[in-house]
Amino acid sequence: MVNHTPFIVGAYIVALVGFGGLAIASLVARRRIRRELSARGLERR
Amino acid sequence: MASLHVLANPARFRRFSQRVLPALSVATALALAVGLWLALVESPPDYQQGETVRIMFLHVPSAWLSMMGYALLAALGASLLVWRHPLAALMARAAAPVGAVFAAVCLLTGALWGRPMWGTYWVWDARLTSMLLLFFLYLGHIALSRAYDDSERGDRAAAILALVGVINLPVIKFSVDWWNTLHQPASVMKLGGPSIDPSILTPLLVMALALLLLFVVLVLLRTETEIDRRRLEAAEMAL
Repeated sequence: MVNHTPFIVGAYIVALVGFGGLAIASLVARRRIRRELSARGLERR
Repeated sequence: MASLHVLANPARFRRFSQRVLPALSVATALALAVGLWLALVESPPDYQQGETVRIMFLHVPSAWLSMMGYALLAALGASLLVWRHPLAALMARAAAPVGAVFAAVCLLTGALWGRPMWGTYWVWDARLTSMLLLFFLYLGHIALSRAYDDSERGDRAAAILALVGVINLPVIKFSVDWWNTLHQPASVMKLGGPSIDPSILTPLLVMALALLLLFVVLVLLRTETEIDRRRLEAAEMAL
């Protein structure tokens, strides 16, 4: 009997890394751009 | 349709996005929590796939959303080339990496399901190969849109690729009907309704809703960033 747990856990880790990584990268990029805009006095609410 | 044209103004879109993003983010977190609970705890093992059916709750929605994302890219491409909507190029730049990640998750989770079920991570069958092509089309779109110093030229080239590549979407959808594939035929989006037991269908649909919300949140967030980035570039050029 093959143990399927590593494949199931692996799939959820792939999703966590993919979606979580993209969400973090998106937030970091937004923060960086806003900081640069702010440094030039161009921030917009 | 008129309201969509109104939102094509980047500043107006940004204000709209800032209003809806907090509520959408909360809804995404709630839907993900419920979806994961149903997928990992409540749903029973499948009578054929056993526990590996839990991989389907990620794999299938990722496949749907990567195809939906490419259809969005094609619509934005047409909008850019035909109406020259300024927001279309920015949203396409924002959406392409999101679609690429959904396609990658679909391919990788499919491979992790295939190994215990089919005895192999990968076969060159029509469904898997056309899905891999979709992932490469996303990468091509990202590369092309950033390949020119003049960002407008890059956006137009990427828009043309998005429109040409949209032919791959019906190939992915109908590949399991047109060719003899190892991949199983459609069991949710098909004539006559879904052929899945409600105990499996419910978590699948809740996870699909959660990932759809995540897709929308990520695209809105990244579009806001692209609008700000274009503003910053314009300010730097003016100096």
